[in-house]
Amino acid sequence: MKGKKALALPYVVWSIAFVLIPLALVLFFSFTDKEGNFTFENILKIGKYSSIFVKSINLAVIATLICFLIGYPLAYIISRSREHVQRNMLLLIMLPMWMNFLLRTYGWMTLLENEGIINKLLSLIGLGPFQMINTQGAVVLGMVYNYLPFMVLPLYSILVKIDKSIIEAAQDLGANGFKVLIRILLPMSLPGIISGVTMVFVPSVSTFIISRMLGGGSNMLIGDLIETQFLGGNYNPYLGSALSLVLMVVMLLIMAVMNSLEEDDMEGMLV
Amino acid sequence: MIDEKLLELKNISLSYGQDCILDHINLYIKDREFVTLLGPSGCGKTTTLRIIGGFTEPDEGDIFFEGKRINGLPPYKRKLNTVFQRYALFPHLNVFENVAFGLRVSKIPKEEIKKRVMKMLEVVDLKGFEKRRVTKLSGGQQQRVAIARALVNQPKVLLLDEPLGALDLKLRKEMQIELKRIQQQLGITFIYVTHDQEEALSMSDTIVVMKGGEIQQIGTPQDVYNEPKNAFVADFIGESNIFDAIMVKDCLVHFSGQDFPCVDKGFGENKPVDIVLRPEDVELVAPEDSILNGVVTSVVFKGVHFEMNVKCNGLDWTIHSTKGHIVGETVGIRFEPDDIHIMNKMFKDATNFLEGEVIEENTVTFLGISFKRENLPFSIGDKVRLEISPDNIKVVSLDHGDLKVYLESLIYKGAYNEMIVYSMEHDTELILHSMLDEQVATDIGIQFDFPNIVIAPLKGQTEV
Repeated sequence: MKGKKALALPYVVWSIAFVLIPLALVLFFSFTDKEGNFTFENILKIGKYSSIFVKSINLAVIATLICFLIGYPLAYIISRSREHVQRNMLLLIMLPMWMNFLLRTYGWMTLLENEGIINKLLSLIGLGPFQMINTQGAVVLGMVYNYLPFMVLPLYSILVKIDKSIIEAAQDLGANGFKVLIRILLPMSLPGIISGVTMVFVPSVSTFIISRMLGGGSNMLIGDLIETQFLGGNYNPYLGSALSLVLMVVMLLIMAVMNSLEEDDMEGMLV
Repeated sequence: MIDEKLLELKNISLSYGQDCILDHINLYIKDREFVTLLGPSGCGKTTTLRIIGGFTEPDEGDIFFEGKRINGLPPYKRKLNTVFQRYALFPHLNVFENVAFGLRVSKIPKEEIKKRVMKMLEVVDLKGFEKRRVTKLSGGQQQRVAIARALVNQPKVLLLDEPLGALDLKLRKEMQIELKRIQQQLGITFIYVTHDQEEALSMSDTIVVMKGGEIQQIGTPQDVYNEPKNAFVADFIGESNIFDAIMVKDCLVHFSGQDFPCVDKGFGENKPVDIVLRPEDVELVAPEDSILNGVVTSVVFKGVHFEMNVKCNGLDWTIHSTKGHIVGETVGIRFEPDDIHIMNKMFKDATNFLEGEVIEENTVTFLGISFKRENLPFSIGDKVRLEISPDNIKVVSLDHGDLKVYLESLIYKGAYNEMIVYSMEHDTELILHSMLDEQVATDIGIQFDFPNIVIAPLKGQTEV
């Protein structure tokens, strides 16, 4: 047993160095001013940025909802396909992830620009140009595009485990397609829904690349705000840490609520 | 009992690609009947059940329920309910909610749901289990929930797909009695799918024996046991001695080197047939009182009786008797004329007749195989008739054969296994005898003994 525990040592060291110590630093800086004194000032300042918080959460919720509405039927269709079709469709979903996140987002910039490909194509049939880049819509689109696989994959992996005969049993007992969805599929796939929602919501709410590249200067999100505190002209790691801390607490609260949902409804479900 | 057709299948056919799953199934089921679809795996019994349930649509044919055609009607609109092979209970619901599912989706008032679910749980002996998680129940209890869940909707017909397959022997026997009791108590038509002949015999009013997507025989348990239509049915249901024989004339059959009187008529004269003798119908007697004499080759004690193998004139007999004998002992075999049951052969002839063509001098081709024969008195392009005896075809491994074939049936004929094989490529059935045991419904390789193939002109004049 001792030998096995020793194998975990590199990870323990790694976690301490790059997870625990940074977290402790965030906590420390959040309650420290420039002179190194203890203060609540950083936290209190955050009230000023509440509109940015609301906007970030709002856009992330919309993106998560769209991902779910696209991802659930898609995951269901894949899970009911023949095996080689399943493999190919999953590959297609993963394929964009093989390319760098920044490049993918740059790709959308060239597509959405006022002089971009989409507007040029539309002008051929006498439409536009439309303002697409630097809008909230573009930010949501970027989130959906980048994070959709994180919704589809956990949903797929739970839906594929639901035996066909369970759905047939429900139909046999008089449930039409809608009732099968509401009474069987959704409750049985709740764990997948929760992990998919978490995996889309968390990166969406804290993104700064997508909002910077597709949202322009007018669509600043919390991620951008935090980034400018560390890398921007008005260097302020104390405020940046405080913002990070509050964001983390908000996300932890949301996840705790989600997980409690799972525990209530799913008790005894996993065989 | 109401003597009308509750459910009727007419000319139902279904294939997946090249595989023919069901081949013109015709069947009707009466109200309150307990019908069993019996057959080996891959015989199409589950597919038939799924077609009745509405989960699979046939390529051809009609399904009638209470006189109305119900093709294309989705499962949730059919007045039938199904007990699935592995129960398919809803893991996120407790026992009560599982049973109540069908009533909830059809918006039955809450009070009534409660009453009906509780009553049904009582019928299946699960009172007090309503709050339990279904995943925490034993196999037998899950089985009962599945039955209650289907029956609570008061269906006209209950479809059961090998419902006892996952249970151990003792529990299975108990559940057989239980199911029969429930069926009689509630007066519901049961359509039951199983590969277990004992289960079928002990529970059914009617047994439908299936093989390779075709119905072999429909009858009462007594019918299919005592009067099997062919060697497959005789072999599949119960134990049997099946031998090749020649029907000399009405009431006289020749096998084991002798003529025996029998009671069957109408097979024609000198016609090859199969006969079956049930092991319990054959008596072992003192050699002086016997019809045939043989030597005991094995004795196995089975509890109620001894199962003995007796070798007699090159044929292997299986005989059940309460009195044991010793291996090596000479015994007499005795049976009555009405113990011999005569059946038509499953294969069209006792041997294989194929069409071939002379493609070069002294070379004949058939089924894509060519062989040489010296001094062949035919010219190139002539069609010939080939006669290949079942003994001149050998079973070999798949990659060593002249031909890849699908083993459709295998029946032990006392001295060899009679196999009927099918070549998908050439759409041809062949019969062969082999000492080897092979798994039915798999592909095997066969080799021909070319020098012993009899070649004749196709129009049947001079033999060579």
